[in-house]
Amino acid sequence: MSLSLYVEVLIQGVLSGLVYGLMALGLSVIFGVVRVVNFAHGEFAVLAMYCAFVLFGLAGVDPIIASLPLAVAFFVLGYAMQRGMVQPFVTRPQHEQFILLVGVALVVTNGLLLVFGPESKHVDLPYSFDSYTLGGVLIDKVRVYGAAAALVATAALFAFFRLTPTGTAIRAAADNLTGAAVVGLDVKRLYAITFGLGLACVGAAGAIMMALTDMTPMLAPSLTLLAFTIVIVGGLGSMTGALAGGLLIGVAEAVASLVVSPAIKSMVSFALLVLVLALRPQGLFGKAES
Amino acid sequence: MKAALSFLTPRSTVALMACGVALLVAPFVVDRYTLSIILLSLLGAYLGQAWNILMGYCGLLSLGHALYLGIGAYASAVLFVNYGIGPWASVFVAAALGVAAAAVIGWLGFRFRIEGVYFSLLTIAFAEIARIGFDNWSFVGGAAGFFLPVNAALADQWWNLRGGPFFFYYLALAMAVAALAITAVLRASKLGYAFLAIREDPQAACALGVDINRTRFLALFISAAMTAVGGVYIAFWTNNLFPAQVLDTSKSIDMILAPIVGGLGTLMGPFIGAFLLVPLGSALTDGLRALGLNAPGIKALVYGLMLMAIIGATPNGLWPWLARKLGLEAREP
Amino acid sequence: MTAKTGWMIDRRSLLAGASATIAAPAVVRAQAKSLKIALMLPRSGFFAQAGQSCYRGALATPKVLSDLGYNIEIVHIDTESSNDVSRTQAEKAINDGAQCVIGAFESGNTIAIAQVCEQRKVPLVCNVASAPQLTSQGYQFLVRNFMTGPGLVTNGLKLVAEVSKAANMEFKTAVFMHSNDTFGTAQGQAMEKIFPTLNMPFKIVESIAYDPKAQDLSVEVTKVRGINPDLLLIVTRAGDAIKLTRDMVRQKFQPKAIMSPGSPGLYDQEFFDAVGPYADGFIYNLPWFNVKSQMTQALEASFKATNPKNRFDLDGFNAGFTFEALLIAADAFKRAGSGDGETLMKAIKATNIKDHVMIGGPIVFNEKGDNPNIGSASIQNIGQKPTVVYPADVAVAKPILPFPAWQGRK
Repeated sequence: MSLSLYVEVLIQGVLSGLVYGLMALGLSVIFGVVRVVNFAHGEFAVLAMYCAFVLFGLAGVDPIIASLPLAVAFFVLGYAMQRGMVQPFVTRPQHEQFILLVGVALVVTNGLLLVFGPESKHVDLPYSFDSYTLGGVLIDKVRVYGAAAALVATAALFAFFRLTPTGTAIRAAADNLTGAAVVGLDVKRLYAITFGLGLACVGAAGAIMMALTDMTPMLAPSLTLLAFTIVIVGGLGSMTGALAGGLLIGVAEAVASLVVSPAIKSMVSFALLVLVLALRPQGLFGKAES
Repeated sequence: MKAALSFLTPRSTVALMACGVALLVAPFVVDRYTLSIILLSLLGAYLGQAWNILMGYCGLLSLGHALYLGIGAYASAVLFVNYGIGPWASVFVAAALGVAAAAVIGWLGFRFRIEGVYFSLLTIAFAEIARIGFDNWSFVGGAAGFFLPVNAALADQWWNLRGGPFFFYYLALAMAVAALAITAVLRASKLGYAFLAIREDPQAACALGVDINRTRFLALFISAAMTAVGGVYIAFWTNNLFPAQVLDTSKSIDMILAPIVGGLGTLMGPFIGAFLLVPLGSALTDGLRALGLNAPGIKALVYGLMLMAIIGATPNGLWPWLARKLGLEAREP
Repeated sequence: MTAKTGWMIDRRSLLAGASATIAAPAVVRAQAKSLKIALMLPRSGFFAQAGQSCYRGALATPKVLSDLGYNIEIVHIDTESSNDVSRTQAEKAINDGAQCVIGAFESGNTIAIAQVCEQRKVPLVCNVASAPQLTSQGYQFLVRNFMTGPGLVTNGLKLVAEVSKAANMEFKTAVFMHSNDTFGTAQGQAMEKIFPTLNMPFKIVESIAYDPKAQDLSVEVTKVRGINPDLLLIVTRAGDAIKLTRDMVRQKFQPKAIMSPGSPGLYDQEFFDAVGPYADGFIYNLPWFNVKSQMTQALEASFKATNPKNRFDLDGFNAGFTFEALLIAADAFKRAGSGDGETLMKAIKATNIKDHVMIGGPIVFNEKGDNPNIGSASIQNIGQKPTVVYPADVAVAKPILPFPAWQGRK
């Protein structure tokens, strides 16, 4: 096999990895601050995909552009969910949070099944089938656009946490909850904002994914697992980690498909996960728990 | 033995015996549909009990118990079909292989101090690796599945677990009761107290001289072995195995809903949870169909809402609340 | 509606302990004018899309059957693609008076139901399910009006050779891609066994199994592109067929022909919806409905009335086999004059229906319970419509080979 094939596959891995990374970022942000593992993460990604699908159907909005309004809408959804539902569970044991979110996942998946049916849905963009050729290397146009949008969204979130007072406050609450409460920060509000931001990532990522692939409600659990793998590899709670994990998993799966067998590519990610857990349980970019 | 029975007050003894008698005579009273629901509930109670030993008593949240179930099921099925070894012998192999898999997870998890949510994700990872591995392992049929012979010639070989519904019903009942007994004995033993000590406060337990890793390993082994035995039952009862069914994460989740809803770390929790959730699922199917609302997906949607409501309303599960209401409360730790 | 009320009254009287109902259900059943059939399909869960397609066929069936003088009453049951639900719902259906069960599209679910039917002595007619194990384990109350997986592959491969010969095409190399799910893997295994025995004019240089849940198949297509075979053989479902097509178009990969030796996906509504003009050119070799049969035309007319939003040519495969399963039960009931399990089963085994919907000889069952007369045809998507192109006696067009270019399709 020629070198250009490897280059192509590598690029495909990187481009997909950026979008996965954005989705996983949401999971990581929520856990890092609220300490709740969102077991319905993939389901929300699929919900966002269907929203993008509807927007495209009703108003012809390109899903990649729809990622902005959907990020806002999912922020509101996440804010409301944290306030109305998750907040009482923050101090409760992990398995109870787990059941709650499994319930949410069932409701989302099957609600979508009821409304949209089991057939896979897609959007027809004018450039869906286009590709660039660079020195014998083929690159899908839609994947490049998607990756660029994911990068912008990720950068915006980083900027929010670094540059705004609210972002700084949230980071403070994540580092030292008691301290944050003592200095008078409204922790509940910060939690709600964080959960909102987490879902905003999913909203944007889901919209972008709608441009790249087809979706049925049944695929949600595998997206949840994908997000978990990325986040554990990168470091649960670390933003840089989620991004790096996304890239790593994207590339590893792509390369494994090419050199081993496509059927076992997700096994490679899980093996990577076990390896990381054994050697560096806090993840590649995570902070060791004191 | 006496200590194991200490949870029984006179009143709960009567209640327990009444339930026991009801379950014993059920096959002669109820129709076959109801019987199949009770059977699934018993199976759910058994598997829930096995999982509860690890989570309810030792505080380790495993989200990948389908791994042990699948290993047990496949081991016994392959030994029976390919080597003619019957289930009563292969059940030991199945349990041993389940323990071996648990040993790997335990070694990684405990040695490298993978705790809390990380341990849970480690268990998911292993179960998924096994699922994909079995999907691609042609010796066991891969994703195309593995089938046990169901022909009429074998129909009455109960010693090979080739029996009718009554046989499988009483087997499930016996397993559920055995799991209850094991848990009751365990709970009253020194090991059981060590489990609880670790669940409540690992550091304090360590200070008291409890060997944390050894104790956790034992809890994991007992739980894995019991789950693998459940897998043997599944293999011979369903007669076909697909990695996408028996090793799937959704199976792991299915298994743990009952004990959590029923009440973690309680003896009756897995029973109450299973006997609530399984009939609830069937009642939803029937009820929604009777209402003319048989749109696909609606059942799972309502089921999800009910899960949220139950866990929101009774944080510790149903049993502690129910026991209080019925005056069956004893010294539940 | 009548089905439901009848059922409820039955249950109520049972609850009230009306002794007549309890004492003599067999007599009541024997006198019934219509056969009560439980139709069990995976209308939700993993196989929901196919289950719904079968269901639409069942909706179109009563009109056709009553025009033919048959009398049936269908109770629709969702198996949720789950073995446990299949089993308990089969028990319930039989409790509620079903005299015959039809289903269940998926092999694992079907085996779960078969065990219940065997114990309760109620006939099970399989509409679609290809695992050979179904009919090789000695079930007495089961027949299957569908092909086994190896049968599909054998016929499918023979047709690959014949249709390419008819179109004067020669292939030297082929790559075989299959989805790594239950059906895809079973077909992959059958392929491995059967291909060497058939003396095919080309060789398979690489066999690629892919994850059916993959987000896209770009890397897989890149891999095939690197090998650049003459012929691409695929076993898919709709979801992965769409991803495969899209990535082949993007990567401008175009072999001389793309054929499926027997799998769903390429004729599903969602495939056509998703890839539009790019659906054209694919060839799949499958049992198919016979457009020239009168009964097919009647079914099509009824289908259009009951499912105005759906296309019969896309649902025809699932709808046709579901219809035929119902026809077999109805026909046996008419001959037997009784819904009693053993009598009805005897009549089903003696089935001999000359005029029906799918291609092939009369519907009969061999001692195992399989119908050996089901025929396969080559179907090609032409003008976004599944079109029978081979063999000549059922074909309505000639095969278009080599594979038409991706570029410039609109």
